[in-house]
Amino acid sequence: MKIDRRKFIKFTGLTAIGLAGTPAARAFTGEDSLLVNEAGRQPSVENPLTAKRWAMVINLKKCIAQDGCTKCIDACHTVHNVPDFGNPKDEIKWIWKESFEHAFHEQEHEFINEALKHAPTLVFCNHCDNPPCVRVCPTQATWKREEDGIVMMDWHRCIGCRYCVVACPYGSRSFNWRDPRPFIKELHPDFPTRVRGVVEKCTFCEERLARGLMPACVEACPEKAMVFGDLEDADSEVRELLRNNYTIRRKPSLGTMPEIYYII
Amino acid sequence: MYDSGKVITGIIVFLIIITFPVWYNVARGKANYVPELEYPVDTGRCVADSAYIRAYHMDLLNTWRDQVVREGIRVYRAADGRTFEMSLSNTCMNCHQSKENFCDKCHDYLSVSPYCWDCHIDPKELKR
Amino acid sequence: MLEKALKGTKTYWTLVISIMVIMGVAFLFYLRQYHYGLGVTGLSRDVTWGFYIAQFTFLVGVAASAVMVVLPYYLHNYKAFGKITILGEFLAIASVIMCMTFIFVDMGQPFRILNVFLHPTPHSLMFWDTVALGGYLLLNIIISRVVLDAERKAIAPPGWIKPVIILSIPWAISIHTVTAFLYAGLAARPFWLTAVLAPRFLASAFSSGPALLILLCLLLRKYTRFDPGKEPIQKLALIATYAMAANVFFILMEFFTALYSDIPEHLMHFEYLFLGLDGKTNLVPWMWTSEILALIALVLLINPGTRRREGTLILACVMVFISIWIDKGMGMVVGGFIPNPLGNVTEYMPTFTELMISLGVYAMGLLLVTGLYKIALSVRGEVRA
Repeated sequence: MKIDRRKFIKFTGLTAIGLAGTPAARAFTGEDSLLVNEAGRQPSVENPLTAKRWAMVINLKKCIAQDGCTKCIDACHTVHNVPDFGNPKDEIKWIWKESFEHAFHEQEHEFINEALKHAPTLVFCNHCDNPPCVRVCPTQATWKREEDGIVMMDWHRCIGCRYCVVACPYGSRSFNWRDPRPFIKELHPDFPTRVRGVVEKCTFCEERLARGLMPACVEACPEKAMVFGDLEDADSEVRELLRNNYTIRRKPSLGTMPEIYYII
Repeated sequence: MYDSGKVITGIIVFLIIITFPVWYNVARGKANYVPELEYPVDTGRCVADSAYIRAYHMDLLNTWRDQVVREGIRVYRAADGRTFEMSLSNTCMNCHQSKENFCDKCHDYLSVSPYCWDCHIDPKELKR
Repeated sequence: MLEKALKGTKTYWTLVISIMVIMGVAFLFYLRQYHYGLGVTGLSRDVTWGFYIAQFTFLVGVAASAVMVVLPYYLHNYKAFGKITILGEFLAIASVIMCMTFIFVDMGQPFRILNVFLHPTPHSLMFWDTVALGGYLLLNIIISRVVLDAERKAIAPPGWIKPVIILSIPWAISIHTVTAFLYAGLAARPFWLTAVLAPRFLASAFSSGPALLILLCLLLRKYTRFDPGKEPIQKLALIATYAMAANVFFILMEFFTALYSDIPEHLMHFEYLFLGLDGKTNLVPWMWTSEILALIALVLLINPGTRRREGTLILACVMVFISIWIDKGMGMVVGGFIPNPLGNVTEYMPTFTELMISLGVYAMGLLLVTGLYKIALSVRGEVRA
């Protein structure tokens, strides 16, 4: 019964259509209220957001001013079906707040500004340009997408060896120690859940970008503390922010080249 | 052959045991059982014809999976030129009203257990 | 030849069946882990590798240490090892199979493990470790089988086996080197980021492996007609002595670099292991036990009098084995995770389930060793008769 790939493609007339162009059937556009972008445009795989190298600039000052706000975290964890186990042992998190002294512990010193020391610093996958997690994965279940720099996850392929978790210098990766489904408050049908035994992390909302939507965290932030854009585009907002502000990255000395920049 | 009596008896017992499910169903009068599936109202809308889908839907879904996840390609062009988003939950399940009476019923009959639904969510099941 | 493992005395069968009972019980615990997930272990988001991977690391060393009998015997024609070389090779086979099983039980999705071969990834050291271990297992199976078969027929082994044996020598070194590289190439974990890790792994392996082999030989002498003779035991003891000295030396090198450079990121792991961090001291007694045992064992081994006397040699071997087991099987892996990359201290202790599953894997190894040694001794019995 097996059919080889070539024959299969011929048989169905399958053509890999690029991300741009061709009118697509309306049938598959989402109707979910969470999936409407700013311009009021219907989200669709017809008009995706693309970039050569996605990056994020986080304005910590805005986060400090809004201490206690968890809108970005809630939005991310809702749309991605991230479970809440209520204990640190099983914990899974894609984006969370770490105190500045932990997120940037090489920057911390004895007389550092008290507010900054305990500043709620948003941390998540850095989508490193030179990702150590990708280097160690024995099955390429995690890899860097060359066209836009996103460090991807393939949950169909992950064998759960956790080598990537060990190799990540930022603690950005979580493992499913047990079945997550019963611990997801509200299942969000547009995104799969995971099974026990695989690793997960932030994917820069690649599934939303593909439909022309900004990452959920960026969209959810009322203060515009998170700015997302193309690092290779000199006119992009992220480049503008990097030009005009002093920004830092986490553990730059490791040579991983994180793509998350912080304005402090 | 040494112990030919024992060996042949052993083989016969073995054959009876492994074919037991067949005899069991024949005895229960279920030998001709074919599951009745709940099809979508408008079958013409499917991404390919029924014969093809019946035989190769698993390969199609595997290809969709690899294209979407690994290559970032999300639009599928059918043989007749129509285009679809490659998505189990959002394209297939738009027409197929019941995972239970379509997917599961046939998979149970054939005793296969694909793990699609371990992660992917049937939007209709969720609303229930 | 395998049928020789199926004929034995009542004592032999009692041993075999007891081991199988332990394996059976452990399998039930594994089923529990399989259905629930790895959450049944003491592992957490911060300490993602623990007892299983540590046992794997330790046993790769035991497997590699077969080279310490193979090399003198085949490369230097050191005849005294003639009787025990096969025992070393069989120990290697059992150890590699235990290693693979420990990896298997540590996988979140164990039935996808063949993805490693389906999507071979040369930039991942785990891929190379799989290749190295699989190859080493195959080499040892071929070598031991061919050599033992020749011995049974009282003929010289075929000529083609010699290059295979020679190949197995660097291969043994490679398995433990690649295993060290699993750890030593990670920017995220300063504790392991040390070039001395691979040499240290080898030194500890070449001391714990021969120590174990000495103990196994003496056990066999006690319960069977097998007698290795005094010379090979003493030679093994000497090998274990030098290797243990090198191992302790490498550990001191680690201490120097961490303490003198005084870089907090490096130092904190040592601090956790030997003094405790943030009041968390789970591993402190273990680590001190390991170091003290290492020093006493070293004294007993270096002093010719105590090395030659069997009672003290046995004691020294037990101490070497326990010391290195704690160092590699507890401290080395877990110490790399504490503190985590964000500076948080989360401790780890294996759970009962985890220990039972590990016990089952060790029982399986013991069963393999028992069966394989039975084969080796039976073949020898025939030769003598």
